[in-house]
Amino acid sequence: MPSSMPISGRKGTARAGAGLRDGLRALLADIWKHRLSYLFMLPFFTAFTVFIILPIAAGIGFSMTNFNAVQAPDWVGWLNYQTLFSQDVVFLQNVLPNTFKFALFVGPFGFVLSFLLAWMIAQLPQMLRIGFALAMYAPSLTAGAAMAVVWQVAFTGDRTGFINHFLLQWGFIERPILFLSDKDYLLNIMILISIWGSMGIGFLAMLAGILNVDKQLYEAGKIDGISSRLQEIWYITIPSMKPQLLFAAVMSIVGMLKSSGAGKELVGMPTPDYAGQLIVTHIQDYGFIRYELGYASAISVFLLVLMLMLNQLLRRWFVPKEEE
Amino acid sequence: MRKLRIGLDGAQFAILLVLTLVSVFMLLPLVYVVNQAFKPLHELLLFPPTFIVRQPTLQNFVDLLAVTETTFVPATRYLLNSIIVTLLATAGMVVTGSLCAYPLSKHRVPGSKLFFGAIMLSLLFVEEVVAIPRFVIVQSLGIMNTYWGHVLPMIALPVGVFLLKQFMDQVPQELVEAAKIDGATEIGIFARVMLPLVAPAMATITIIAFQTAWGNMETSALFMQEDSMKTLAFFLSTLTPNLSNSVVRQGAAAAGALLLFLPSLIVFLLYQRKFIATMAHSGIK
Repeated sequence: MPSSMPISGRKGTARAGAGLRDGLRALLADIWKHRLSYLFMLPFFTAFTVFIILPIAAGIGFSMTNFNAVQAPDWVGWLNYQTLFSQDVVFLQNVLPNTFKFALFVGPFGFVLSFLLAWMIAQLPQMLRIGFALAMYAPSLTAGAAMAVVWQVAFTGDRTGFINHFLLQWGFIERPILFLSDKDYLLNIMILISIWGSMGIGFLAMLAGILNVDKQLYEAGKIDGISSRLQEIWYITIPSMKPQLLFAAVMSIVGMLKSSGAGKELVGMPTPDYAGQLIVTHIQDYGFIRYELGYASAISVFLLVLMLMLNQLLRRWFVPKEEE
Repeated sequence: MRKLRIGLDGAQFAILLVLTLVSVFMLLPLVYVVNQAFKPLHELLLFPPTFIVRQPTLQNFVDLLAVTETTFVPATRYLLNSIIVTLLATAGMVVTGSLCAYPLSKHRVPGSKLFFGAIMLSLLFVEEVVAIPRFVIVQSLGIMNTYWGHVLPMIALPVGVFLLKQFMDQVPQELVEAAKIDGATEIGIFARVMLPLVAPAMATITIIAFQTAWGNMETSALFMQEDSMKTLAFFLSTLTPNLSNSVVRQGAAAAGALLLFLPSLIVFLLYQRKFIATMAHSGIK
């Protein structure tokens, strides 16, 4: 990334002592000089502001109100947040633990898994690589809800379901399992489906990152006494592709949030005993079923804060120290 | 180490074995959809359930059209909406994204660092999280039930600007300066120098934009109250609840899932090399 020169840099040190007004004038002149550049950025900037920045700001505003989409919102201050953390039993007893488990498996576990798969693919000759990369990537191309047709039929709760049929036939179980209405299974099935569909652009970024590592580094590593492939991965591959890993990690958070509606697609909403209710579905539950838009916005803001914290954590792990 | 005919050593052979098993797990549901989509009714009802279709038929695709006859909106209308929305939204995402990435990469514009920082943060953005304020905004813009209501909310694609900017950073600044000395206008430099050099990245974000628009259900669910304005992806998602009770709909839904999946797959297959080449520059530093 070429660091854009600080604005004061181009004026030289001779004018460093000049007043604030001169600085402001120089800045305005610099802005005017780049008016065409701003024009280039304007269409995206407008869409970005109206449909990304503004909704976040408005969401924070709504979260402090009681709002039902019909009447004007009433200001209630922190009440929605207080309710969320003290009285919303479903949120505290189901949604938070579910989200934590879902995020742990789909996030870190899915991330390590896609790194391992990408690494294995990179060890094969060119000819085989593309086939396997496609096999891993293809599931992420399926639009979420459309694939519910497969999972519903596969996990049907009587003996006509594929999985039940095979488990019965091979003698693993005595009677069919009600996969989708049993709260012990639903969340695990959602996790499985999400990992299945998670090898998207983040995975391809990792693959490209591994393939891009300078081959000479491995030669140099051998001379320095690296003896196993595991050491090679840990001391050479991972450090040389940290930027791609950070991108992949961010994409895996996005994928995780996108796929958290899987339970809704499998069995509708709300899921049995709230077994598949995650933060995103909790927002939809309050926003579009109960029309408590203020409260739903408070949950959204909580999720946004969680995501920002996660982002900071990831940056701390993946951004090389010397560039900080 | 003993070499196999294609030049694999022992470790590679083990890797090949593991990857083959994982690939089977990954592809099985897709193979299943393809088979299910072509199964005639009596095979869908068969017990024990079968995996591979024996007498392929197009009946499910016909049924898919028939499901909609009762709702006054033919499935072809949903398909037409999907095509219009996907074309407009993809063009919008690619044009605005590339226009924005160029000055971010090559001009030292005041404020651009801050803007790019905001774009990097918004890589995390998932529209589902702020669906409610987006609904309020679209409503107050008066674009509910119009194609604008589909297209405009999709246009800002932060990951597109990000990937293009990273790729444009690889183009030497000297090329841009040289074109400027030769008297090229900014638009000329952008169109004739920059775009051809970043063609792989353009292809990549076109694919990502296409997939985003083609599979999008959010705009139909939230911003379109009239059925005649909804898209194929959304229509198919309405077929899925309680599928295990309706075998006829299972076949139709599988046919629909296949229709949704194939265009994305074909577009990806056409450009996969460029895609992986672009991803090498996807790093966040």
